[in-house]
Amino acid sequence: MFGFLLRRLAVLIPTFIGVSIIAFSFIRLLPGDPVELLSGERVMSPERHAIISHDLGFDRPIVVQYFDYLGGVMTGDFGTSIVSKKPILDQFWSLFPATVELSFCAIILAIALGIPAGMIAAIKRGSIFDQGLMGIALVGYSMPIFWWGLLLIILFSGTLQWFPVSGRISLMFFFKPVTGFMLIDSLMSGQKGAFASALSHLALPSIVLATIPLAVIARQTRSAMLEVLSEDYVRTARAKGLSPFRVVGIHALRNAMIPVITTIGLQIGVMLAGAILTETIFSWPGIGKWMVDSVFRRDYAVIQGGLLLIAAIIMIVNLIVDLLYGLINPRIRH
Amino acid sequence: MADTTVTKTAEPVSSAAMRRQMLREFWFYFSENRGAVLGLIIFVLLVIVAVFASLIAPHSPFQQYRDFVLLPPAWQEGGNPSYLLGTDPVGRDILSRLIYGAQYSLFIGVFVTTLSLVGGIVVGLIAGYYRGWVDTVIMRLMDIILAFPSLLLALVLVAILGPSLTNGMIAIALTLQPHFVRLTRAAVMAEKTRDYVTASRLAGAGPLRLMFKTILPNCTAPLIVQATLSFSNAILDAAALGFLGMGAQPPAPEWGTMLAEAREFILRAWWVVTFPGLAILITVLAINLMGDGLRDALDPKLKRS
Repeated sequence: MFGFLLRRLAVLIPTFIGVSIIAFSFIRLLPGDPVELLSGERVMSPERHAIISHDLGFDRPIVVQYFDYLGGVMTGDFGTSIVSKKPILDQFWSLFPATVELSFCAIILAIALGIPAGMIAAIKRGSIFDQGLMGIALVGYSMPIFWWGLLLIILFSGTLQWFPVSGRISLMFFFKPVTGFMLIDSLMSGQKGAFASALSHLALPSIVLATIPLAVIARQTRSAMLEVLSEDYVRTARAKGLSPFRVVGIHALRNAMIPVITTIGLQIGVMLAGAILTETIFSWPGIGKWMVDSVFRRDYAVIQGGLLLIAAIIMIVNLIVDLLYGLINPRIRH
Repeated sequence: MADTTVTKTAEPVSSAAMRRQMLREFWFYFSENRGAVLGLIIFVLLVIVAVFASLIAPHSPFQQYRDFVLLPPAWQEGGNPSYLLGTDPVGRDILSRLIYGAQYSLFIGVFVTTLSLVGGIVVGLIAGYYRGWVDTVIMRLMDIILAFPSLLLALVLVAILGPSLTNGMIAIALTLQPHFVRLTRAAVMAEKTRDYVTASRLAGAGPLRLMFKTILPNCTAPLIVQATLSFSNAILDAAALGFLGMGAQPPAPEWGTMLAEAREFILRAWWVVTFPGLAILITVLAINLMGDGLRDALDPKLKRS
C-alpha cells in the first residue's frame, strides 16, 4: 500500500512542476508588459518602472525568477491580488469553504439519487423505469447547466418564490464565520431561522451543480450493475436461495461500486469546472466566481495563483480517490 | 435430377462491395437503437437549418426593431405573429437568431472536433509508436492539461489570447485533445505488437506508412465515439464561454452569447432565456443519442442494452 502511495506521488510531482511552469509562464505570455500588468499601473515613469520591476524580480534571469516563484509557492506565497492588494492564498482560503460546501451538497445529492436510480434501471432492465430514468439522465448531461440554473431561478425564485436567487444566506443574518461553512456556522450562531435560510440558499445551486454528476453516476451504476448481475457468482447466490435483496443489495452492489467510485472521484474534478458556471449564476461567493471575476477585472496575479491552487486541489483530490480505490480494489495496487 | 446449385468459384470481393457490406452491417446495429436514429434525424434537420439559414429565417439576426423590444412569443398576450418566438432586449427576432445560431454551433463542433481529433491522433501516434522518453513527456503534458478543469483552462487561455470565438474554439480544442491522445496511444500500443504490423514492417514499410496506413485504420472505432462526445462538449463549452462573455462576442447570434445578454431579463421575459438554451439542449441531446448508438453499433462487445 505504501509503495502504491509512493508511486502515485512520484507521478504527481512532475505534473505539479509542469503546472507551476504553466502558471508561471502565464503572465509572461500575455500581450503587453508584465510589469505593468502585475502592478496594475498603466503609465509609469522609467524610474518607477525600474523600481517595480526590481520589486517583482523581473530584472533577474528567468530561471531564477521561476525558482523564486516556486519557492514562494512552497512557503505559501502565491502572490498579491492586483485589485484587492491582499495575499492570494488568504483570499483563496476565505472563499474555498463556500465552494466546498456547495460541491459537497451537490455530490451527496448526486450519489443519493444517482446510485439508486442506476440500480433500479439495471434491475428492471428494458422496462419503462429503465428507459425513462436513462432518458432523464441523458437529458441531464446534455443540458447547458447555466441555462438549467436560469430556468430554475425563473421557476422557483421568480414564479413560485420558494427559494432565493443569490448569496449564501439572507442579509438579515450576520455572524462571524467560524468554519466558513454556512450550514455549520448558522447552527452555531443560534439565531432563529439562520439555518433554514442557509439551507434554502443552498438548495437551487446544489441541484444545478448536481445535475451532470447525477446523470453520469446513474448511467455508470446501471452499466456496472448490469455487468455484475450477469456474473456467475450472482447466479450462484440466487441458486443458493438468498433473498433478492441480499443478492442485489450486498453481493452485487459491492462489486458494482468499484467503477462507480472511480466515476464519483472524476466527477469531483468536473464539479470544480461546473462550479464556475453555477457560482456565477447564483452569485455564490466561491473560488469559481472569484476566477471569473478576476479574468474580467484583469487581475492576472489572481488568475495565475488561482490556477495553480485549483490544479493542486484537483490533483490532491484525485490522489485521495486513487488511494481509496486502491484500498477497495487490491488488484490494482500491484 | 441434375444438381442445379453449382458452387461458384470464390470471386475476389471488391473493396467497394466490402465497404457497402460493412455500412449495411453498421446501419443494422445502429438502427436498432431508436434513440440513435432520432438523434440522427434531428441532427440532419439541424444541418439543413444551418445550411439554408438565410432562406428559412424570417428576419435578419442583426436587425433591431426598436418599436418591438422584448415582445413575448406569438401565442402569448402581446405577441406578434411575425416574431414567432418573441424579440430580445434590443428588438431582434429570436427565431431568426436561433436559426443563424445553428450555423455557429455546428461550425464550432466541426472545427473544434477536427482540430482536437487531428492533433490528438498525430500526438498519440507518435507517443504510442516511439515510446521511450517521447512518450513520457507527451503523457506528462497531457496529465498537466487534464489537471485543470476544462472550462477554467479555456477561460484562462482566452484571457491570454483575447475574447473571441476563434480563440475560444482553439482553447476548447486544446482541453479536449488529451482524450484523443490517450485513446490513440492505447490503440497504437495494442496494435503495434500484432502480426500484421510486423509483417508490414518486414515488407519494408517506413514508420509514417505504418502509423497512418497500417495501424490507424484499425483504431477508428473508439476515436469515432470520442469524436461525437467531443462534438457535444465543444458546443456546450463554447456556449459556456459565450455565456461568460469570453466566447463569441455580441451581436453574434451564438446561443450561449444570447443567454448572456438575456440574463438580466430572466424574471421579466422568460422567452429570451428559454429558447436559446432549448436549442443547445436539443442539439447536444441529438449528438449524444447518436454517440450512444455509434458506440453500440461500432463495437458490439460494448453493447450494454
